[in-house]
Amino acid sequence: MGMFDPIKGFGVTFSTMFKKVVTEEYPEVKKVTAPRFHGRHQLNRHPDGLEKCVGCELCAWACPADAIFVEGGDNTDDARYSPGERFGADYQINYLRCIGCGLCIEACPTRSLTMTNEYELADDDRQKLIFTKEDLLAPLLPGMEQPPHPMRLGDNEQDYYVNGPALARDLLAGSSQGQSNAESAVKGAGK
Amino acid sequence: MTLAPEKSEVEVPEGHVKLVIDGFEVVAPKGELLIRTAERLGIVVPRFCDHPLLEPAGACRQCLVEVEMGGRPMPKPQASCTMTVADGMVVKTQLTSPVADKAQQGVMELLLINHPLDCPICDKGGECPLQNQALKHGRSDSRFHEHKRTFPKPLPISTQVLLDRERCVLCQRCTRFSAQIAGDPFIELLERGSQQQIGVAEGKPFQSYFSGNTIQICPVGALTSAAYRFRARPFDLISTPSVCEHCSSGCAERTDWRRGKVQRKLAGDDPEVNEEWICDKGRFAFRYATAGDRFTRPLVRDAESGELRETSWTEALQVAATGLAAARDAKGVGVLTGGRLTVEDAYAYAKFARVALKTNDVDFRARAHSAEELEFLTSTVLGTTPDNGGVTFTAIEAAPAVLCVAFEPEEEAPIVFLRLRKAARKKTKVFHLGQYTSPAVEKTFGTLLACVPGGEPAALNALEEHAADVTEALRGSGSVILVGERAAEVPGLFSAVARLAASTGAKVAWIPRRAGERGALEVGAVPNLLPGGRLVSDAAARSEVENAWGLVAGTLPTRAGRDTNGILVAAASGALDALVVAGVDPFDLPDPGLAQRALEFAGFVVSLELRPSAATAHADVVLPIAPAVEKSGSYLNWEGRRRDFGTTLEGTGALPDCRVLDTLAVEMDADLFTQTPAAAAADLDRLGSNVAEASAPTVSAPLLVQPTAGQAVLATWRRMLDNGSLQDEEPNLAGTARPVVAKVSAATAVHLGLDLGADITVSTERGSVTLPVEVADLPDGVVWLPGNSGPVTVRRNLVAGHGSLVAVAVSDGPSAEKSASDRGGNA
Repeated sequence: MGMFDPIKGFGVTFSTMFKKVVTEEYPEVKKVTAPRFHGRHQLNRHPDGLEKCVGCELCAWACPADAIFVEGGDNTDDARYSPGERFGADYQINYLRCIGCGLCIEACPTRSLTMTNEYELADDDRQKLIFTKEDLLAPLLPGMEQPPHPMRLGDNEQDYYVNGPALARDLLAGSSQGQSNAESAVKGAGK
Repeated sequence: MTLAPEKSEVEVPEGHVKLVIDGFEVVAPKGELLIRTAERLGIVVPRFCDHPLLEPAGACRQCLVEVEMGGRPMPKPQASCTMTVADGMVVKTQLTSPVADKAQQGVMELLLINHPLDCPICDKGGECPLQNQALKHGRSDSRFHEHKRTFPKPLPISTQVLLDRERCVLCQRCTRFSAQIAGDPFIELLERGSQQQIGVAEGKPFQSYFSGNTIQICPVGALTSAAYRFRARPFDLISTPSVCEHCSSGCAERTDWRRGKVQRKLAGDDPEVNEEWICDKGRFAFRYATAGDRFTRPLVRDAESGELRETSWTEALQVAATGLAAARDAKGVGVLTGGRLTVEDAYAYAKFARVALKTNDVDFRARAHSAEELEFLTSTVLGTTPDNGGVTFTAIEAAPAVLCVAFEPEEEAPIVFLRLRKAARKKTKVFHLGQYTSPAVEKTFGTLLACVPGGEPAALNALEEHAADVTEALRGSGSVILVGERAAEVPGLFSAVARLAASTGAKVAWIPRRAGERGALEVGAVPNLLPGGRLVSDAAARSEVENAWGLVAGTLPTRAGRDTNGILVAAASGALDALVVAGVDPFDLPDPGLAQRALEFAGFVVSLELRPSAATAHADVVLPIAPAVEKSGSYLNWEGRRRDFGTTLEGTGALPDCRVLDTLAVEMDADLFTQTPAAAAADLDRLGSNVAEASAPTVSAPLLVQPTAGQAVLATWRRMLDNGSLQDEEPNLAGTARPVVAKVSAATAVHLGLDLGADITVSTERGSVTLPVEVADLPDGVVWLPGNSGPVTVRRNLVAGHGSLVAVAVSDGPSAEKSASDRGGNA
């Protein structure tokens, strides 16, 4: 046993002191994910707040883990949730089963289903990990209105799919001139 | 890689030709379409308009193949769905011919020019022939960038069927089905060129009892079901083969369900029975089983409050057993089973009555009935099956002549109607002994033998004198006489039918309206028969049954029991102490008042029911039972063909009647061995059948009562879509019911001073009903009413039936159509 052996034993320790720390301070400091990280899903909205989901079930079809349940519904003149005939009446994702593969968002024909970067999907209750439509729908942004409501951006779904963004800009521009929904929505959000 | 077969001398039978398809030598019967011959070889040519049960149209052009005749190729690819086989033909499909493949891709591209890309919101998505074939035989991209032609959508062409013209590929399957199969040409091709579209006449909805079939055969999503709209995708659904529980045809169906709920029913493919069609009632009427008021727990009448309260099975069965045992040992118990039971359940009732209740007072006939009917059923109907020469659907199709007696095929057994029409389109002569030229008479190209209600026996007896051509036609080998449920209301009619059959040699079939009637007859749920067609009065047959059931000799009651009417009279007058009632509605019976009195005065009533009925109000114990989708079993259809079906929705906890009765019998110290439908069927098989010989009834018809001034004779029967309780919760289906009108002849209208624009009031001393009137070719002095449609329930409103005398007058009040709010809930 050599004289320096005890110090040698600390060699690794000492050398590590000068390297970059890999420990994460989670949950005090939350990690920023890669921009395309597959996190919790979101059901997006059209610029006027109508849902993009048409309840086609292609996501459920694509899902290799059978984590998605969808049931379509019929839009009526009295209760419209999406442009066009059909909307997703019931939408559930079971995060106990979801493997985050992202096949569902590739399958979505209306870009309704996307994935956010939110990764905090743990709970102590299995029931709470079945996310329903209320949990998954995107928040109402300025200018959006909670469905059901009539189509604001055009007369039919073609207007939404073909000219949606342009019409939305017009809608926002038009409404910001005279004390609009959009502004009150912003104020509401501020409070 | 397929190898060319070795050269061989294939024997070509008479009437056949030899041709080559994709290098395979094949022998085909003359006249066969190329597409079918290819199919037999396992070569699938894509197609949209072609359907084996419809006439060829060549409308979609998708099935193009390359054809060579006598060594010379045809100049262009040919449609294989319209071209018949010929000797020496050489056919190359898309599998071997680049020309055919390119032609098919071109047609597909054309079909898709105007087809919207809305598969995600289309109900056909996932089971769409266009989608599948576009992926298989189409180009991967389109060269057309113009705007697609659009139409407003969806267009409801009836309350059941929605039309999306953008998606239509104009294959004409729906129009051909309507014109050829159903005979309801309400849906047609309109306009020309690129604007060509499917449509209905202005203000005339697509009203057909078979419209659901067009949804099923539509190869794209152009026709969709309002009831199934956006409910599910094919991959969500579990498909279970099932049998229709509505009428006595016993159609094969496919029940598609998701998460414990039936989403839709489709026609199954059974060439012997329903081919590929079912009626709209069979297709759409299934939500009654999920109605909110369905019983889920047994109910027992509380001794103190007098109200029904939910309780455990143990208590309910114990109360029921105690009550029934006490009644059995006193004056006796009557059993009314209703006509909608499976064979196994009906057998359990029959055995329960004999073994646990020691009585023959059991009857399945919850409708007008007579002793003559029972005699006829025993002598002529009992034990007939397709195997022993009974009348079948195929026999109807092959018959030279068919006589319908007191039977409305379209309303009472729609699939029989389709066969009749199919037969009539070929060569069969169809005669209807009825009251007016109903749509069914027209659509079967039939001859109406009109008679006054009640005059049917006389008409049949005089057939030889007045319509010798009918008897002549009926003498043709294989001719058929079809008798309907309504015959039981006409005394002497069954005797006349039996006489006519004997004199002409025509075969007779009895076609009841309800699914369970034929089965209940065979398993002895009638007062004079034991299971297997054995007579109660036959000592040898009784001991045979006693042996099989393990009973002490002499335990079976020896006297024939009471029929439904007898049971009700006895219960109402206190001659019976208790009733076991299953699926019986008083307003189906000739005297609803009597039925209600019987339920009221019977000391103890056990009701086995799915949902509240008239019996519930008087029941001491209510035992919930399973609807057809939640149990297995079998129906015996009118042919005598056994139609087995398995459980569609497993694990709902609902018990079939046979299980409930088995447990109830155990409480009463009797063993039925009917714990499950399979056990009941096995027990029935062990017993076997030993059909009794009996002679046909010889009841002479009474003299007709002539209507006096202001009176008419009532003709009435039920329509397919009416107030029946199995059609509850189906507003879309109800929307295609035929309008509720009375019918009289023009002369009668004048005679009675009726104004044809106004409403009339039809009345008896028991009640009246007011409804609009229409002229039809009825005999004079006759008024026709629908049996149980809208505000008109003949039994409830008038306490009358087919052949009763009623008073007819111009209405002075508002129409019942507008004022009546209550609907009868009769099955």
